[in-house]
Amino acid sequence: MSDGIGARVKRKEDKRFITGKGKYTDDIRMENQAYAAFVRSPHAHAKVTGIDASAAEAMDGVIAVLNGAQLTGDGIGNIITGWAITSKDGSPMNIGAWSALATEKVRYVGDAVAVVIAETQAQARLAAEAVDVDYEELAPSVSTAKTLQDNQPLVHDEIANNLCFDWEIGDEAKTDAALSGAAHITEIELTNNRLSPNAMEPRAAIAVFDSAEDHYTLYTTSQNPHVARLVLSAFYNVAPEHKLRVIAPDVGGGFGSKIYIYPEEITCLWASMKTGRSVKWTADRSEAFMTDAHGRDHVTKARMGFDDTGKIVGFKVDTIANIGAYASLFATATPTYLYGTLLSGQYDIPAIYGNVKAVYTNTVPVDAYRGAGRPEATYLIERIVEKAAREMGRDVADLRRTNFIRAFPYQTQVLLAYDSGDFDTVLDMAQKAADVAGFPARKAEAASRGKLRGLGYSCFIEACGLAPSAAAGSLGAGVGLWESAEVRVNPVGTIEILTGTHSHGQGHETTFCQLASDRFGIPVENVSIVHGDTDKVQFGMGTYGSRSGPVGMSAVMKALDKVEAKVKKIVAHSLEASEDDIVIEGGEAKVAGTDKKMAWHEIGLAAYMAHNLPEGMEPGLKETSFFDPVNFSFPSGTFICEVEVDPETGVTQIVQFVAADDFGTIINPMIVEGQVHGGVTQGIGQALLEGVVYDDEGQLLTGSYMDYTMPRADDVPSYVIGHGCTPSPNNPLGLKGCGEAGAIGAPPAVINAIVDAIGTENIEMPATPQRVWAAIQATQMPVAAE
Amino acid sequence: MDMNGEHRIAASRETVWTALNDEDVLRACIPGCEELNKTSETGFHAIVVQKIGPVKARFEGEVELTNIKAPESYTIQGEGKGGVAGFAKGGADVTLAEEAGETLLAYTVHATVGGKLAQLGSRLIDSTARKLAGKFFDNFQAHLNPEPAAETA
Repeated sequence: MSDGIGARVKRKEDKRFITGKGKYTDDIRMENQAYAAFVRSPHAHAKVTGIDASAAEAMDGVIAVLNGAQLTGDGIGNIITGWAITSKDGSPMNIGAWSALATEKVRYVGDAVAVVIAETQAQARLAAEAVDVDYEELAPSVSTAKTLQDNQPLVHDEIANNLCFDWEIGDEAKTDAALSGAAHITEIELTNNRLSPNAMEPRAAIAVFDSAEDHYTLYTTSQNPHVARLVLSAFYNVAPEHKLRVIAPDVGGGFGSKIYIYPEEITCLWASMKTGRSVKWTADRSEAFMTDAHGRDHVTKARMGFDDTGKIVGFKVDTIANIGAYASLFATATPTYLYGTLLSGQYDIPAIYGNVKAVYTNTVPVDAYRGAGRPEATYLIERIVEKAAREMGRDVADLRRTNFIRAFPYQTQVLLAYDSGDFDTVLDMAQKAADVAGFPARKAEAASRGKLRGLGYSCFIEACGLAPSAAAGSLGAGVGLWESAEVRVNPVGTIEILTGTHSHGQGHETTFCQLASDRFGIPVENVSIVHGDTDKVQFGMGTYGSRSGPVGMSAVMKALDKVEAKVKKIVAHSLEASEDDIVIEGGEAKVAGTDKKMAWHEIGLAAYMAHNLPEGMEPGLKETSFFDPVNFSFPSGTFICEVEVDPETGVTQIVQFVAADDFGTIINPMIVEGQVHGGVTQGIGQALLEGVVYDDEGQLLTGSYMDYTMPRADDVPSYVIGHGCTPSPNNPLGLKGCGEAGAIGAPPAVINAIVDAIGTENIEMPATPQRVWAAIQATQMPVAAE
Repeated sequence: MDMNGEHRIAASRETVWTALNDEDVLRACIPGCEELNKTSETGFHAIVVQKIGPVKARFEGEVELTNIKAPESYTIQGEGKGGVAGFAKGGADVTLAEEAGETLLAYTVHATVGGKLAQLGSRLIDSTARKLAGKFFDNFQAHLNPEPAAETA
């Protein structure tokens, strides 16, 4: 059983990845393949007054130059958002029209206005330069904080004040009353910085139209090919679902940015039909910076009230969330049901009120990015709790313990009901691993070298395992969020597991196989995964929101239950025993208490030979299941970050990072640790290095790795990882999900550590050396004697 | 991008003014200028090749002179499109003052860039613009005084 649940099985997929044999979208070549290059707006906001493609059309290799008027004229629908949010006054959200190729107006730098299809990529790009677009420039609205103001230009002419919605959660009157009676109030204003997702593989698509069958095939870099097919069919009118196959082959990272169905895929499909050619597009890194949906970008003010024992009595939050120029697929869900619902954190807070205004600006759309809403909630809660502890002279860990939730299930004041957790134990584990007791000595030693040491905590909780379909539907979701699985046992006993989730770095090809290996005691090599192809897998909702384990694996478990039940019937019949006495282990089915048994491959063969099956049993050994969770799952954890700041240069070095998590049951600790490493590194990137900058004209200034800093190996320490375990009661394996925790929990731990080191709260992410140095200088300005 | 500067030119104000309005002089002195033709009394059509950081582009655009107070001052306003490299636009207020038979030329520039130029080159705009301005005035000085005095380091 060394390949089963809990085993550190090496990743099966890594052989092809590390030998350069992965097959990504751009590696695929079709017969008759042509290339697309998009003509993109250099302006953040402008009217398109004319497009002259005559010079481009005359160039070598150019097959066609197509524009938005032709696209909409052919009935291609506008791009949708998938979650309907209702404003607090009862009005529906305001959605601005988004055509895959802009028609009358461009609304961000990079908005596509036309596409060139040519014989080679170089010819397509050259010709795209020759397309002459006349723009009538308009003043842009760029600032998240200011775009709601009356004097700001309108991103969508019909949407007043650039307001998408004004949403609320919780009880305002109760919260106001609680705050007015509080013994202490802590206030905070903070910005959650805007991030570029930076998947290693840029987005790409190949669209293949078969005119004989009126059938389309789309190869694309998608986290959820079935959702892509559904949306392309139902809303963009590309083709009915049975005439459209979507294949997401190897995908090199997503982090949320490859959930969405972007203008380029839609345009390639349509252009394939228009030109009769297979049409390929691969983004370059500049296009990725300009057009991949960004993440975060909140401006928040909040107040938290405490009684005289340090117990939180109320929490009031006011957030402006920038969604960019258009409402992308999950853009409306992210700052609401993935943010406002998490405002209780790990704490028993009797009164909470959150108000979120989602706003349009002349910037690329902002959508879910690893963590999606939950990092924003965690950053806010964990910053304000530590600030409060310092203001009240309390130990930052003790103040948290004063407020921890200890009885489960726990109904928060913001819709969610937490199913399980043990916050004290995980905090203890983290403090021990971080040697918190020894910190004062380390701080003194650092001080002797002229360095400032600080310790910062983050006690986070997230809602993962998206999502119970009925609950999601009642909150406005446009789809169900269950998952499907199919387990096919072949006549020789090997197994294929078909899943509607999609692996783009998560290691599904290993962990999903471990489930079957664990169940039947067969080697993990004898199991493989089929995913990422709508013609092969019946349906699925893809991978995001740490759902592949809690939801996807649960569907696999249900299908395995059915296979196991059928196997027992077959074996009992063959061996003339009672099926209750059949035990499956070590690749054999045995009759308990006897030496009668069947090898696993004999069972598969028996099922398919069908020479001797129980009366009425259908031949074959293949079972399907759909799993719809009854609740979200709630991974939690405590991160403790220790930093050393050089006050002369402002450089922050992370000297220790402890990540103690509670992910419930763990299938493969090695893969989970890899997910934590990656997530924490992205969180450290947000805290110290990364930040998208647009200038006042809406020009993207961080358009390359010269100006957008990703974390590198020497920016992060060797992580210390620990796991607590309170299994989720809501799925068969007790899984909670681990993909996003690091990115959710890390930023406040890092910033709290810097605050602890430098002695001021006035520091924003990314805490670059320049900002840290300036913050230190500001504290050392001469002040009047106290 | 905002920039201002002063250059002392060893020539009379009238000479400088005339040269600043002469398309042949400008074509010869503007770094990277491929084409510059007068389209009206106060307008020019220009093609200039420039490299800013990693972005090299051919900018094609129109330049217009306004607020003309010969021979004291004018405002030069222009916009160039550089294809996928993006665009640059802006203006400069230029004044000429007489000083001991020479001319003191002062300018204040405000310019913006967009597209790839902003994404890849924004940090380099200021230094590039300063370098180009320096080169222009060197060329201009050389044009007016074919045998200039020895340069100081």
